[in-house]
Amino acid sequence: MPLISLRDVTKSYPPSRRGGDVVHAVEGLDLDIEAGDIYGIIGYSGAGKSTLVRLINALEHATSGSILVDGDEVTRMKESELRRLRLGIGMIFQQFNLFNSKTVAGNVAYPLEVAKTPRADIAPRVAELLDFVGLSDKARNYPEQLSGGQKQRVGIARALATSPRILLADEATSALDPETTHEVLELLKRVNTEFGVTIVVITHEMDVIQTLATKVAVMDGGRIVEQGDVFDVFSKPTEASSQRFVSTVVRGVPSDAELVALRQRHPGRIVTLSFRDGNTSQGAVFSNLAQAGVAFELIYGGINDIRGRVFGHLTLALTGHDDAVDRALVTIANKVDVTEAPRDE
Amino acid sequence: MNDLIPLLPKLWQASYETLYIVGLSLIFGGLGGLILGLGLYTTRSNSLFSNRPVFGVLNVLVNVFRPIPFIIFLAAAQPLARFVTGTGIGNTAIIFTLSLAAAFGISRIVEQNLLTVQPGVIEAARSVGASRSRIMLTLLIPEALGPLILGYTFIVVALVDMSAVAGYVGGGGLGTFAIQYGYRQFHPVVTWAAVLVIIVIVQLVQFLGNYLARKALRR
Repeated sequence: MPLISLRDVTKSYPPSRRGGDVVHAVEGLDLDIEAGDIYGIIGYSGAGKSTLVRLINALEHATSGSILVDGDEVTRMKESELRRLRLGIGMIFQQFNLFNSKTVAGNVAYPLEVAKTPRADIAPRVAELLDFVGLSDKARNYPEQLSGGQKQRVGIARALATSPRILLADEATSALDPETTHEVLELLKRVNTEFGVTIVVITHEMDVIQTLATKVAVMDGGRIVEQGDVFDVFSKPTEASSQRFVSTVVRGVPSDAELVALRQRHPGRIVTLSFRDGNTSQGAVFSNLAQAGVAFELIYGGINDIRGRVFGHLTLALTGHDDAVDRALVTIANKVDVTEAPRDE
Repeated sequence: MNDLIPLLPKLWQASYETLYIVGLSLIFGGLGGLILGLGLYTTRSNSLFSNRPVFGVLNVLVNVFRPIPFIIFLAAAQPLARFVTGTGIGNTAIIFTLSLAAAFGISRIVEQNLLTVQPGVIEAARSVGASRSRIMLTLLIPEALGPLILGYTFIVVALVDMSAVAGYVGGGGLGTFAIQYGYRQFHPVVTWAAVLVIIVIVQLVQFLGNYLARKALRR
């Protein structure tokens, strides 16, 4: 049974003005998240992903539908039951949302105080968490004395304080620079592998999904338009919005305009090789070309690695005898998808 | 100067009475204003206890009473003061009326300062399972403490100002002293002495308020 399961969930907001339209932030949405997953949800702003993640810990209440967390129906819970539910679901935020009136240690201790942890157990647990996120020396500092990355690490320590099974990350790296983003993502991976915490990551950045997630759902207009293993969605995106997101991190096939520009510099035949199944060896393909006496030059594309599986598109300019090129293309066609760009007349 | 010296014991007595009136009004009015301000803040839309009708009532209540000039409010609320405290005159009556008037003013200051707390901070506390009343007491007030202290400092100065009309209902303090022994006796030096004491009190209060706010804000 999935750890988190949403069925036909809708969240609507009343019109902001009299006579306006009801806003459906989330509409008829189904989603299953298995224990141990790092589940990425990607979408543009306004796609409904922030609302979606808040439905899981009931910071927002669904208008209709069913939300099961660990088998319990969230939509029917009373306020006191919701508080218990939230102790088992940590959350981190884009703007960190640390308590400025409390020290770093005080921030991490707060959920423990809420959970009525015995006083004597709080300090050791806080020390353990700060050690895990690498901020033991900052325990007595206040949030304003920390950098963005350090603040988010405090946020993670606070979210993990009560040993939740689920961590919700709402655009957790969107306010951070690339290097700090990388550190925080690595930390989240450790949270998943070392503590077995199921993580739901909301983001608009595809490289966050690529680095971190095992599964991904693409959201558009309050619905999930495509979902599956990250490798599958990245290597064969079918929906237009998924393709747009994938193209932000994966350099694909040259557009017609780019092809015209490439043609001017490369007189030979131009073919695009698509590596899709994750196991094709580039080396084998290239040695086939070389054996056939075909010279080649890489002119466009890129190769991506998702958890050890490789895919991508490589566009080559081939030079050699026409017959040799044809023979070579036939040979490699059973290893990789080959598309030849139309030749000039 | 010769007019003033025999009046010095009365001046000290009046200073004490001003501090007494202001101090007690601050406690009662400050507490009432804090509760009313929390009520305004937490019942507005998208807040902890969002409740449109309650917010509407509180909002109108504050808007109705806050703009009444204090000297008129003092007279208008006299029956109420008599009903609650048993007397319509003297320091006790003025403390009651001053607390009431101050509570309405303070409620707005409390509300405004609580609104400076980032909603995300409240959301973070809700996400770890904190109850709404816990958030209000252990988070909301500490997060807004610095500005709240400055707001209350502002109110103390206003209370010193308002307490000066206590003489109209038979109360004491520096206002009564300045009018009774200075103005009516044609002794400007005596009036100026009362002014001087008020300036000193206000300066000390402001200094203390700034100091505490700096500590709370760690700046």
